[in-house]
Amino acid sequence: MHIPDGFLSHGINAAAFAISAGACAYGVKRVNQKFGEREVPLMGVTAAFIFAAQMINFPIAGGTSGHFLGAVFSSVLLGPWAGLIIITLVLAVQCLGFADGGLTALGSNVFNMGVIGALGGYGIFILIYHLCRKSHKGFFVALAVSAWFSVVMAATATAIELAMSGTSPLVVVLPTMVGVHAFIGIGEAVITTTSVSIILKTRPDLVGCYVPPIPCKEKGQRADASRGAL
Amino acid sequence: MKKRLDGLIWIGLGISLLMALFLSPYTSSFPDGLEKVAEMKGFKDKGKGWTFWRHAPLRDYAIPWIRNEKVSKAVSGLIGTLAIFLIVFGVGKWMSKPRTKRTQPDRINPPDPDRRLK
Repeated sequence: MHIPDGFLSHGINAAAFAISAGACAYGVKRVNQKFGEREVPLMGVTAAFIFAAQMINFPIAGGTSGHFLGAVFSSVLLGPWAGLIIITLVLAVQCLGFADGGLTALGSNVFNMGVIGALGGYGIFILIYHLCRKSHKGFFVALAVSAWFSVVMAATATAIELAMSGTSPLVVVLPTMVGVHAFIGIGEAVITTTSVSIILKTRPDLVGCYVPPIPCKEKGQRADASRGAL
Repeated sequence: MKKRLDGLIWIGLGISLLMALFLSPYTSSFPDGLEKVAEMKGFKDKGKGWTFWRHAPLRDYAIPWIRNEKVSKAVSGLIGTLAIFLIVFGVGKWMSKPRTKRTQPDRINPPDPDRRLK
């Protein structure tokens, strides 16, 4: 859902740009505090994977296609702030290098997919993961549900921005955007859950948010492991 | 506990590059969610012909001088994936550089005994 130039009013774009820039500045600060040499190549690879996966459009009903977003994927692996930075950089390259999404709408695209998708999606993930008491099954439930929500929430934000720009009335654009992206969200949930479970099987230490379920007597160790999540 | 990452990074990058090279040319060319909604609700042409940034070298995931559509998309995907890896790597290096004085012991990143071994 890369918004091209001209769909949104300049006011909306400017406001979204300001929020996104603030969030990114804070994100850089947080990442700076947390990341060392080890995580930097991991960020690069996550971004490369997201970029490549975003090129792969899968068909959904009614002559429409959707593609992976990767907001929850990157947030769960590297933390929400690194997730936001990765999504922002991917969007910037797509906009400047591939004319996918307008430059004036870049702030809005970062807001929808980064701030709402990555930070908001991560919030939902953590909420559900905690509600499931950090069980192994709960991890995947939280992953799938938050991945679906990240796409649908980003679509909702896009619809609201389109309506506020006077492009299309909210009663028209909101149900259609949410309806279409409810399907795309299923694809997002499947891809996110599959790829994270593959990583979890091969290298569980790379999934920052995952807390291995261990008996209660080793609680100290568990608390230590959960510190990995930003 | 922290294991080496080198091999894994290359595997991950390799998978991404293969995806871009061999999967991207065969994907659905239907309009995506937003494009479809714009088409259906009649605001697709809004702002058409007005583009702020006209210098995108690989416009619409295609290389201008490669005629074959599939090859064009595959190569542009390959370039993009490599470029994004290098860009994020560079930005990550810049971001993770310590900018605050590290005179007091760092509580967030405790010294990692394994780091010397890498």
